[in-house]
Amino acid sequence: MGKSQTVSFSSRESLMEESNKFLQERKRPERPTDKVVIEKLHKTYLTSSGRTVALQDVNLTIGKDEFVALVGPSGCGKSTLLRAISALIKPSKGKILIDGTPVSSPSNQVGIVFQQAVLLPWRTVLDNVLLPAEILRLNLVKARARARDLLNMVGLSGFEARYPGELSGGMQQRAAICRALIHNPSMLLMDEPFAALDALTREELGLELLRIWAAEKKTIVFVTHNISEAILLADRVVAMSPRPGRISEIISVDLPRPRALDMEFLPEFKSYSDRVRAVIGHS
Amino acid sequence: MTEQTISQIDTDIEDEVIPEGRWSIKDSIAPLLTFAVLLLIWEGCAIYLAIPTWLLPAPSEIAKAFIEWHGELWRHTLVTLWETLAGFALAIALAIPLAVLVVYSPFLRKCIYPLLLGLQSVPKVAIAPLLALWIGFGVLPKILVVFLVCFFPIVVATATGLSSVQPAVMDLIRSLSANQLQTFVKIRFPTAMPHIFVGLKIAITFAVIGAVIGEFVGAESGLGYLILASSSQARTPVAFAALVVLTIMSIVLYYAMEFIEKLAVPWAVGE
Ligand SMILES: Nc1ncnc2c1ncn2[C@@H]1O[C@H](COP(=O)(O)OP(=O)(O)O)[C@@H](O)[C@H]1O
Ligand SMILES: [Mg+2]
Repeated sequence: MGKSQTVSFSSRESLMEESNKFLQERKRPERPTDKVVIEKLHKTYLTSSGRTVALQDVNLTIGKDEFVALVGPSGCGKSTLLRAISALIKPSKGKILIDGTPVSSPSNQVGIVFQQAVLLPWRTVLDNVLLPAEILRLNLVKARARARDLLNMVGLSGFEARYPGELSGGMQQRAAICRALIHNPSMLLMDEPFAALDALTREELGLELLRIWAAEKKTIVFVTHNISEAILLADRVVAMSPRPGRISEIISVDLPRPRALDMEFLPEFKSYSDRVRAVIGHS
Repeated sequence: MTEQTISQIDTDIEDEVIPEGRWSIKDSIAPLLTFAVLLLIWEGCAIYLAIPTWLLPAPSEIAKAFIEWHGELWRHTLVTLWETLAGFALAIALAIPLAVLVVYSPFLRKCIYPLLLGLQSVPKVAIAPLLALWIGFGVLPKILVVFLVCFFPIVVATATGLSSVQPAVMDLIRSLSANQLQTFVKIRFPTAMPHIFVGLKIAITFAVIGAVIGEFVGAESGLGYLILASSSQARTPVAFAALVVLTIMSIVLYYAMEFIEKLAVPWAVGE
């Protein structure tokens, strides 16, 4: 899929050209494996103070096992788009297809992670991770084994019997990621999952997420307002702008995998982030 | 508040195994000493100023009444305790299901909830004579007064608790298509538990007062009756002894609730 090839760019123009070419190239073989297709999506909220156009004419296709980051200033409709994909809200117009079928009600093929870990304080870490398995009535013996594997993968083995109140913010968010993965969904929707964490923990968790993604392939839609984070993690960065919320540009990030923190010092990285910044309109 | 915080920090540093909020003798010495000194001053004043016992008995007189009247005191204590606990239990049994109905049914919420909040402001003390008029002077009207004073705090606390699930948790649970029963059992009720206990602790302190009020209106037994009867016969030390028992009963019941709370919702205690 061209994830491992490195291309160096001399200028912004050639970068755009390259990335467009890349997009064209990957479009053709990826067509049959589109995970999410969003067409002409509109969402208007009606409130006592009036109407808010949260999303206007959003078109986006997300490939199977692709890692897509949504970036944009707050209020540009990132959460709304994510909630529409997860069927937590109904769009005002337009349609969303997942695996070719229109989205109407929440699917167990989706795992969700929020900005806050929202673990249940009366449940141990293990039981929190198991919550979706209980609700979906999965085999709990198998689920428990998977929960332990997942906790192990994020470095939380030994903390299974602890309560959320005894964990740091980063550990809580790790547990929340395990909870989102327990029922092995094919898609992970993450709404600013690391925004409440300190910079070091945030980077650490980003790389951990990439390791998980490499181990079990999933389609990830990752909302952030941190441009570097978006570029470091994603295959494509979807830049959104507010009032009305819409997609202003989609930028393919052609950095090699596995990604590493020091890639931030590569000239390509800088040109990517300059471009995203230019699109979003603040520097 | 500050003292507690300081002692918590101390235990954290010294030994992490000691549970926080632990009762320590060191902390209780100061108030006990203060209490003892006040009693001594009281005793001293009563003797020095020669206050008549029927007006204000000295602590030693009250202690004497305790010894002489312990059988009677015990009998009346059991009556009041029974009224208190029965009314309290009845209130829990009816208030929690009603709160669930109110939270789950928008129709009932619209119909009942404003009414409940209105009724809450009716002074329950004023209802006690009516209850006596309707059901007589037995134990039942007292239980009903207790029930009335306990009911509203428990309904309000439970309804508040059931509605206080964080939006993100609701999103999570909706994204898994959880059904109503799962949502209630796994999310709503546990979320409400700490709130319910706040209501229960308020209710239990009201409960004792409710029982005594019921007994004031008309009774043949109970600590409220004993206080009324003793003071009208100028046996003031007995009235005081009954008052002491009532106070102790209130305190014990409150701490019993707190103890049950610690067992039931350990995650919410000490926040
Ligand atoms: N439930 C809602 N009711 C009314 N307006 C809303 C609601 N949710 C979001 N909005 C509005 O829609 C716009 C987009 O919000 P949101 O999707 O949360 O943006 P973001 O996640 O990018 O910060 C904002 O103007 C916000 O005020
Ligand atoms: Mg948001």
